[in-house]
Amino acid sequence: MDYTTLLQLLDSTLRLATPLVFACLAGLYAERSGIFDIGLEGKMLISAFFAAGTAAGTGSVWIGMAAGIAASSSLALLHGVASITFRGNQLVSGIAINFLASGATALIGQNWFRLGGQTPLLDRDSRFSQIELPFADAVSSIPVIGPFYIETLSGHSILVYCALVAVPTTWWLLYRTRFGLRLRAVGENPEAVDVGGISVAFLRYRAMLICGLLCGMGGAYLSTGLAGGFIRDMTAGKGFIALAALIFAKWQPVPALYTCLLFGFLEAASIRFQNLEIAGIAIPVQLMQVLPYILTVILLAGFMGRAVPPRAGGTPYVKER
Amino acid sequence: MAAEAIDTASRKPAAPAIELRNITKSFGSIRANRNVSLTIERGTIHGIVGENGAGKSTLMSILYGFYRADEGEVRIHGIPTPIPDTRSAIRAGIGMVHQHFKLVHNLSVLENIVLGAEDDFILERSLTRARSLLLDLARDHQLEIDPDAIVEKLSVGLQQRVEILKALFRRADILILDEPTGVLAPSEAERLFAILRGLKNEGRTIVMITHKLHEVMAVTDTVSVMRRGEMVTTCRTCETDAGKLAEFMVGRKALFRVARDSAEPGERVLDIQDLSVVGRRGNEAVRRVSLCVHRGEIAGIAGVTDNGQAELLEALGGIRPATGTIRIAGREIDCSRRAASARSMHEAGLAHVPEDRQQLGLVLDFRAWENMALGYQHRFRRPRSRLLMDISALQDLTADRMRRFDVRPTNPSILAGRLSGGNQQKLVVAREFGNAPSVLVVGQPTRGVDIGAIEFIHRQIVALRDAGAAILLVSMDLDEILALTDRVAVMFDGRIVGERITAETDATELGLMMAGVVTESLQ
Repeated sequence: MDYTTLLQLLDSTLRLATPLVFACLAGLYAERSGIFDIGLEGKMLISAFFAAGTAAGTGSVWIGMAAGIAASSSLALLHGVASITFRGNQLVSGIAINFLASGATALIGQNWFRLGGQTPLLDRDSRFSQIELPFADAVSSIPVIGPFYIETLSGHSILVYCALVAVPTTWWLLYRTRFGLRLRAVGENPEAVDVGGISVAFLRYRAMLICGLLCGMGGAYLSTGLAGGFIRDMTAGKGFIALAALIFAKWQPVPALYTCLLFGFLEAASIRFQNLEIAGIAIPVQLMQVLPYILTVILLAGFMGRAVPPRAGGTPYVKER
Repeated sequence: MAAEAIDTASRKPAAPAIELRNITKSFGSIRANRNVSLTIERGTIHGIVGENGAGKSTLMSILYGFYRADEGEVRIHGIPTPIPDTRSAIRAGIGMVHQHFKLVHNLSVLENIVLGAEDDFILERSLTRARSLLLDLARDHQLEIDPDAIVEKLSVGLQQRVEILKALFRRADILILDEPTGVLAPSEAERLFAILRGLKNEGRTIVMITHKLHEVMAVTDTVSVMRRGEMVTTCRTCETDAGKLAEFMVGRKALFRVARDSAEPGERVLDIQDLSVVGRRGNEAVRRVSLCVHRGEIAGIAGVTDNGQAELLEALGGIRPATGTIRIAGREIDCSRRAASARSMHEAGLAHVPEDRQQLGLVLDFRAWENMALGYQHRFRRPRSRLLMDISALQDLTADRMRRFDVRPTNPSILAGRLSGGNQQKLVVAREFGNAPSVLVVGQPTRGVDIGAIEFIHRQIVALRDAGAAILLVSMDLDEILALTDRVAVMFDGRIVGERITAETDATELGLMMAGVVTESLQ
């Protein structure tokens, strides 16, 4: 494998990791506030649909993304109402949201576009365009770093850079602000927050809104950045991979970036090396494709030490006995 | 801080710090507080004592805005102050140290203290200001602590200190402590009392909820007793004594006496030697207790809640390991960590009516006949089958026992949770008494049970005694002890501090012993 191949591989790693980073951070806000959210998948899916559909209709990718975020946030609020206000089972609510998103996108898609649940292929203008980073010419002469800058870092859509910026932003919010302290506290011991005179419910709703926003951006990226339209069930388990990445990362933002990049890399490799032969034995492409899942199982089973979730996670807060 | 406290005083010098007027609070059908009124002068330490479930914690949670009262008024420094939530309580200068600390275990001391009182969106600025304030507080009140320590790494004594600092940090001028010494070692408790006296001398008002009478005597200026949601009495600590308080706590309700002949004790059936039991919190809850119960005798254990009775019961029931020896009818039962089991106790002929019927006695989501099998399920196998239970026989037996023990409605398929409290208890009694045990261990058999059921259960206990069983009755209710037992031992601080023939003692003497005033060794 030469250097150019590696750079291309890293380039697609970054693309493929982006929806994971969005979803993983979305899950981080929800779970840090004490709400398990397995509906990341559904929220991304519905956003992907509405982003592509609206972009196709209006011709504006930005309006598309806004529609995607709005759709994703309403599902996030629905999950919030079910699990915060009505103290429902968070797993059930999350599963319901996944089914709802999968069914609703197919149904509405067929009804609107008559393309078997897909949206029309988006033209260049209604997709996120690639951004060439500045100073490409200036660094092109530098060996190693120059090509890395041009091939790998530069030439992505704005949402890829948004995802990369969202990681330190989340870190700063979580560890350096009042909101972050309260968020960390409410996921561990909501009573401590309550006796401190802060509303547990309001705090959790805010976390769910951020979760909806981030899932919306991830979904919009899938259908209007990475691909040129919406395909049925196009999230293909990314929401669940993101949850696994969140556990790997022990609910911390910077490790979350690393694990998402790792998963992105594995996916990129499985696409790049469809017919890989090692020592004369052909590795079936399916094996490459399941590698992220196998890795998840192995790492979770014992190679990473104990991942302790937020203590109050999954349990509705009930004050009166 | 001290200067500020005096400020508030100068506003309305004569007004008491806290005035609660006719507070009522219900949880569903349970009335936790009934028309409670209480006045506490500023600059004093006030104790509120009472059994578990007497309504002390509920009352203080209302004062702290954690629960909302259904009726009643709160006045702080003479001013009517509605306290709909904790934020208003904090604003009114009230701080509370809960029995179970409300701390976030994986945050630092400093982060826990500022949580909810951060004055700046950027955390660092709040923390910096808080750090210097915290160090001042710590120095002024001898409450030294490392601000950067992670809370879960601290001892419980230090965690409590964090809670106190949290309240002081919020400029609390009234400090409520709920069972503050429950988790503390004696030396830590002494230090806490010194701190409380210091806070009092600065003009702060302190309310302490406890059921440990000697602490009330040692540290408070005034004291109130609560029982069953009502305020029974309030007086100056120096004008009362622990014995009187114990009597107020356990109550002197007019109770019928069960007609009973005097006991005819036979040979020793239950023989306990040097039994020690480690409690839920890892403390030594029962300390080298020796006790025996004879055939045809009811022995009682009296005491104020949380003096080791619960753990003693659990050890005898086989559900908590113990050291020492337990003999039943001369045979030694292994009660070590490896071997302790409820089944081996059952097989030795011991039946156990646990203190808490809803937690240990029944599965509320199970039907009556399913509950009837619990703990005895291996006795209901079908003939020649190791796997299948004989359900119809079990149902017939349940119907029969429900009739015999007056469980209403007499429907073996009713969910236990649908029965009233008294009938739930009678169902447990039916299961445990129905097997004609040679030893019966009963904890609080009539707690939260209506008068009719009390009478019925008492009669069943006496009948079982007359049939030749050895009965050990643990109760916080002195009247029950006096009405039923032939002999009574008093537990205090994990030890048996005295033993009396029931006919030769009275509530006053037992009350003194329960308060730990008379310490007399029995053997």
